[in-house]
Amino acid sequence: MAYTIPKLTDYSAAALEKAAAELLSASDQEWQEVRNEADWKALRDRWMARKNGILTLVNDLWLKPAPKEAKRDVGQRVNEIKAQVERDVEKGRGLAKNYPILHECFSSSVDITLPGLRRPIGAEHPVVKTTNEMVRVFQKLGYSVADGPVVETDYYNFEALNFPPNHPARDTQDTLFIAGQQGKAQRERLLLRTHTSPVQIRTMEKMRPPIRIVIPGTVHRNDPPDASHSPMFHQIEGLAVDTNITFGDLKGTLDHAMKEFFGSNVKTSFRPSFFPFTEPSAEMFVSCFICGGSGKRGMDPCRPCKQTGWIEILGCGMVDPNVFEFVKDNGYDPKKVSGFAFGMGADRIALLKYGVDDLQLFFQGDVRFLGQFA
Amino acid sequence: MKLSPQWVREFVDLSVDDRRLAEDLTVAGIAVEGISGSGADAVFEMEIGTNRPDAMNHYGVAREAAAIYDLPLKALEAKLLSGARTASDSDSTAALKRCATKNPADFSITVEEPQLCPRFSARVVRRTKIKASPERIAHRLQLLEQRPISNAVDATNYVLWEMGKPTHVFDMDLLEGRKLIIRKAKDGEKLKTLDGVERTLTSDDLVVADATKPVGLAGVMGGFDTMITDKTRNILIESAWWDPVTVRKTSRRHGIHTDASHRFERGADFESTILSCDLVAALILESGGGEMVGDAIDVVSRQIDQAPVVLRVSEVQRILGGNLDVGEIFRILKKLGFSLIPEGQEDAMFRVQIPSWRMDVEREIDVIEEIARLHGYDKFENTLPTYSGAVVELPHAAMDATLRERALALGYNEAVSLTFISHADAEMFGFSGAVEGSTSAAKTGHQSEVEIAALEALRHPKTTSRQVLELENPLSEEASVMRTSMAPGMLDMLAWNLNRDSESVRLFEMGRVYEMRGGERVEPARACLGATLAAVKGSLPASGVLDVSKGEQAAAAEAFRSFKGDVENLLAAFAYRELSFDRDTAGHFHPGRSARALMDGTVVAQFGQIAEEVKWQRKLRQDVFLAEIDLEQLHARGLRTVKFAPLAKYPAVERDFSFVFADEVGFEAMRRAVMRLRLGALRSFIPVEIFRGGSIAEGKYSVLLRARLQSDEETLRDEQIARWSGEIVRALQGLGGVQRA
Repeated sequence: MAYTIPKLTDYSAAALEKAAAELLSASDQEWQEVRNEADWKALRDRWMARKNGILTLVNDLWLKPAPKEAKRDVGQRVNEIKAQVERDVEKGRGLAKNYPILHECFSSSVDITLPGLRRPIGAEHPVVKTTNEMVRVFQKLGYSVADGPVVETDYYNFEALNFPPNHPARDTQDTLFIAGQQGKAQRERLLLRTHTSPVQIRTMEKMRPPIRIVIPGTVHRNDPPDASHSPMFHQIEGLAVDTNITFGDLKGTLDHAMKEFFGSNVKTSFRPSFFPFTEPSAEMFVSCFICGGSGKRGMDPCRPCKQTGWIEILGCGMVDPNVFEFVKDNGYDPKKVSGFAFGMGADRIALLKYGVDDLQLFFQGDVRFLGQFA
Repeated sequence: MKLSPQWVREFVDLSVDDRRLAEDLTVAGIAVEGISGSGADAVFEMEIGTNRPDAMNHYGVAREAAAIYDLPLKALEAKLLSGARTASDSDSTAALKRCATKNPADFSITVEEPQLCPRFSARVVRRTKIKASPERIAHRLQLLEQRPISNAVDATNYVLWEMGKPTHVFDMDLLEGRKLIIRKAKDGEKLKTLDGVERTLTSDDLVVADATKPVGLAGVMGGFDTMITDKTRNILIESAWWDPVTVRKTSRRHGIHTDASHRFERGADFESTILSCDLVAALILESGGGEMVGDAIDVVSRQIDQAPVVLRVSEVQRILGGNLDVGEIFRILKKLGFSLIPEGQEDAMFRVQIPSWRMDVEREIDVIEEIARLHGYDKFENTLPTYSGAVVELPHAAMDATLRERALALGYNEAVSLTFISHADAEMFGFSGAVEGSTSAAKTGHQSEVEIAALEALRHPKTTSRQVLELENPLSEEASVMRTSMAPGMLDMLAWNLNRDSESVRLFEMGRVYEMRGGERVEPARACLGATLAAVKGSLPASGVLDVSKGEQAAAAEAFRSFKGDVENLLAAFAYRELSFDRDTAGHFHPGRSARALMDGTVVAQFGQIAEEVKWQRKLRQDVFLAEIDLEQLHARGLRTVKFAPLAKYPAVERDFSFVFADEVGFEAMRRAVMRLRLGALRSFIPVEIFRGGSIAEGKYSVLLRARLQSDEETLRDEQIARWSGEIVRALQGLGGVQRA
């Protein structure tokens, strides 16, 4: 319904306020409906014509009949109304000029909510990504990257790491052996390395101390595949040897690295363990980065840390003097140098980090899985 | 290993509850992995390291607890009913008696292998009765998931779990000749072990034998024929110390892993042989009655060397850091049963005597570990070492990273497949580096004898200098050879996806392949791309279509070209003068739709559609494309270094040429013909449209070619352009091409 100006009977301030508001609201609405020159002229005439224009009627119907004592207030109000209406009519004129251009733009608009056409981008493999991230943490701490063969000799995989022949510690490694090696001396026999630790020896043979290396690599064990085992998996190994390396340095370095990798609020804890090539040996736990160490996720138990608030991440220790004996000639006299080593499973860390519940998913190449990491 | 905390509490008065005890033991390295049950029936699931056989029993754990809480440890004593001599943990060295001894029971022990059996102790119990164990014993064994058998057998089991020393009981009346001999078995000699299996022994096996036959596999398992039965009245209890390596070898040779062999392999307590005999005897006498006969027999043919270790406080600090005070070091070691005698003057130094149950402690570093362990690892301050040295990357890191980034950008998902393949696949896919010289016989039809011989050799790797690496103990036939090519793994992953309704799949993998080359193992680096036809087609932009003719042939050409573009994008990162292609791919590729890429004449990759027979064999539901890239070759070349070329100042001119050629004339021939003209202003020469059919005769095709000409010195004039166009036309005509109006 188009606005028509009412007669005023009640000249109270409230009534006057209400009548003025209604009028101005109509004015504001009407200028916005202008589409062209003709619309604007009609608007101008309706509001501002000398004869029967709304502004004229305001004068005639509101001001003139006003009682004497209200005249001053009504007069002031009417002036305000006039000024505002004139501004609105002027806005209407602007709109009459611009509307055709705006209309053209809007009528050619596109549906911006349609999904974007995405060129496929390949996803990094979560284990490779995790490995690279962890390696970078140690590179920033001054570690160089080293590597070595996957098909190793017994010497590098076991003997030089202080696993003597026929030592029960070898049982824990579930080794896959290369066929046809019976004719060779035990230390020459080929096997699939069960850990990245042989690269420690290979590097110490080539480089004199001090050294700091980080070794990412593929390892194999005779473990049938299931949700948490795979005959092939990935390790990230580290070794630091110098004249001044202590157990405190081992702890400090790993604590720093874990904070860098998992976030500055994780804590680390070390517990005694056994590895033939380190002594003292330790397992390092980080406070669960999923539940924040509480052991609970909301009301539910936190599964990754088995409600303990701690997750075992790696094995580590001070390099056993017996290991140094194998590379003593290259400057590794255990009386003069000391060092620490550590090793962690990249696959396991990736499992935990991304909440993946089946290790096999990493090795199937299923794009429904891999695509999630894009 | 299961452990009853209640049993541990018999030896040390602990005030902490089970949960706290579990935590504190774990922190000290005696890991409790879980707790089940509660109260007296609570059971700890223990994870004891290989080096700690001394803690694989209740008394050993009690000793650790006593050290952790600084509490007294009760002595372990056998309550023998008769007046026979008893021995205890602290009563360490029984008098050494060399060679065989006799005892009042008139039973002799002869140790023929003193190196392998340094100590053999025994006790005789007569006129006892075999029956079920008392409830106290049976219940405890059941708590540890051990099956009670009879009082005598259970006694040995109970003592093993109580204090860790394995023992064995014989029915003495079944031992012939009133003697035991510790000797090597004779080759082919038979022994039926307690598990009922008849075993054929070798001269490497150490046995306990009576006058005529072996009656036990030393340290591993007793004999069936001399075991305790309901009829047994007289029992000989054996407790020996066996050479760990011998026990391990025998245990592995015969595939028997027992609680006894587990402990002997890791080193039992040399001084506990008599105590363990006595404990077993006491349990048998208590439940079955009878009497002890004479003293324990104790044959010590060789003392195990446990030399004292010198411990320097300075070394403790060098390794552990921080400032452990001498009092703390002293307290920890004393509590664990080590004795310390101060030595030297200037440096704080001790001579440390190692307790007999700690065979694992031989060196100063071993003692230092004990100190760190009991002090608590988390109490050491975290520090960062100083270091001056440069960070070095692997030589190929930048190249591999570039290749990987490009593959990702091209939409290939990174995959990791297992490194094993089957024998069949090893044979079918050969050595992936075999891109050189592995021309398929089936494809070209005419090959020299040499080539055929090379191919045959490849199919039978044993006869060549290149050999596959087979596994001695593979998980399965499907995973019995180290991969020689990335192709089978990639095809398996593509098949996996196609079988799960993922139609459009792009994968890449970077890794190594494995082979023996001239007797040396090599692990060359490879990259592999795999894509399904749907993915390859999907990436063709409509504007990029070159072959506009209808039909399968044109579609295949376009699909190949799409995949080839991806390969070229990867290769383009590397340094080369000329990249060329030929058709000599391996047999697992489609002969007409695959190519080798050569950089300056050296093969760097082979790629294309997979052969039909491979597609069917692997039940691939779609055509798939594969690219095998030889990273070793690319590594040798290095990344292309960018050199800036000034931007053109003068306008370029394009001229199109429409020709009809015979199918045999490929674009490469046209390109070469035009390049030979050495037109200095020729910037590019490309095909823009191909068409077959319609008015074009069978066996021919129409191609629209576009030359782009531009000079660095001037704006080209019409007559120059016309002259060069004429040369190009003549060159193309020289190939048999007919220009279309």
